[in-house]
Order: sequence, then C-alpha cells, then structure tokens
Amino acid sequence: MLIVDDSAAIRKILHRVLVQAEIPLGKVHEASDGVDALEKLKTEKVGLILSDINMPNMDGIELLTKLKADDAYKSVPIVMVTTEGSQAKVMQALELGAVGYVRKPFTAEQIKEKLAGII
Amino acid sequence: MIDRISSEEIAAAIRTASQELFSTMLQLPLEDSPFYEETSEPESIDGVVALVGIAGSWTGTGRIACSPHFACRLAGALLMQPYESVNEDVLDAVAEVSNMIIGSVKTIFEEKLGPLALSIPTVIFGRNYRTRSSGVPKWTVVPFRTDGDTWNISFCVIPTKTSGQHIARPDVVLAV
Repeated sequence: MLIVDDSAAIRKILHRVLVQAEIPLGKVHEASDGVDALEKLKTEKVGLILSDINMPNMDGIELLTKLKADDAYKSVPIVMVTTEGSQAKVMQALELGAVGYVRKPFTAEQIKEKLAGII
Repeated sequence: MIDRISSEEIAAAIRTASQELFSTMLQLPLEDSPFYEETSEPESIDGVVALVGIAGSWTGTGRIACSPHFACRLAGALLMQPYESVNEDVLDAVAEVSNMIIGSVKTIFEEKLGPLALSIPTVIFGRNYRTRSSGVPKWTVVPFRTDGDTWNISFCVIPTKTSGQHIARPDVVLAV
C-alpha cells in the first residue's frame, strides 16, 4: 500500500484508518508527491495506491497517467483521495484508470467501504 | 453570464463546507454568526492564517484565521492527539483544514462558474501581521464559534479580467 499526499496530516489519518481497518495489504508506505511516489515504487512493491490530486512537483493525474502507461505498475489499483470534487476531475481520473474516488473530507467508513469494494 | 457572486452565496458555501468537515473528520461543534463584508485592510493578526488561492475564469482567495490555541484544537481533532503549542504538525493540519474547506467552496462554485483550480495552501504563524490581496474590492467574512474559541473564514472571488491577466494579485503578508 502506498499513500501519496503532500499533507503529512492526511497521510497520518489514512495510515491510521488503514491500520484500524486491518486491511491485508502489507506494509503502508508514504510519499509526499508524484515524484516521491515513483521513487518509492522503485524499491517497494505495493498492491494498492491512494493518491491525492493537487500536489507540488507532480500531481496525482500525472502520476496516474505515468503508472497506467508502465507495464510494471498498470495493474496496481489506484484510488484518488482528494478535495477535487468537480465531475470533470472525477471523470478524468476514472478514464485514466483510477478504480475509485474519495472526496475530502472523508470518514473512516467511506475509506473502508471504498477499499472493501476493490480488494 | 454571471458577473458577480453575492456575499450571501459565498457565506452559504463557506457554512456548508465547514459544517461538512466539522461533522465528519473533526467532530467538533460549530456555530456560525452573521457574515460581514470587509472592504478595508484587515486588522493586524496574532495567530495562524491559512491562505488558499482560486484560479481560472474567476480569481480569488480563501483565508482561515484563528488563534494559536484553536489551531492546536483543530490539529488535535484531525490527528487525534493533543497539541500544547503550534508546531509543524499543527500548521500542516490547519493547511489541510483550509484546503478541504476552500476546496469544497470551489466545488460548489464550479457548478456556476466552470472549472477552477486550487493552489497549495500557505500557512503563516506569527504576531502583529496583516495579509492583503491587491485588487480585491471586498472580502466576505464568516465568523464561527467552537465552544469558547472564535475564528473566521474569509473569501473573495472576482471574474478574471482577460485571459492570463488577473485583477487580483497574489496575497502578500505585511509585518506591522
């Protein structure tokens, strides 16, 4: 599992929710933006990615596009967790290959429900 | 074509966005007071201010201002651990709170105004300073009360004059 968000607060909250939910996805790794995520993925094998959209250096849409174009990662499910609530952004992410979308603010139950439907 | 957003609409969007966050991720009480318009330079601030910019066919800024004590309360509620003083965790939590509230306000207005972009939040903590957005005629300010703490959210949004040329300029911070 990889959590990608420029906010340390959101990474901490998602980390806690995933640990409490006892979701069997192995170790939880964290990255602060798309560039950091690509670096982490070189050394860590992950089964699911939760990614923000608005981030410095490389945003979530660019990260999603790069991962879906790479044979090594294109089968890894990616869920966008973001303040971006516009229908256009949701559609763009889903068309690019995201398997789900959770809008901030979220509840722990919303995250668990979304992941239960994917795993 | 819409040429202005009223203060009533802005205040309603701020209240909706704030109530959503406070009832889900923060679980803190939230009591709002009547909004007012701020046309002159705001008073100098002692405490924490978070700024988030809006860009696109409309340009604007959202601003959350609170005391150091309330910033610690926000961080404690969000991260589920107590904070006695403002540190990096607290500033990051206030930044994320502002990002979620102003992001929700942006989403509400996108239905009317079309796609808008959100900047990454900027947080300032200090004493005796002012923030100013050049070219903005007025802010809509919604005061809130959470138990004994008072704090507020301000928002301004105006049409972008021409493609690539904004009326509003970036926020500046003045030490006074």
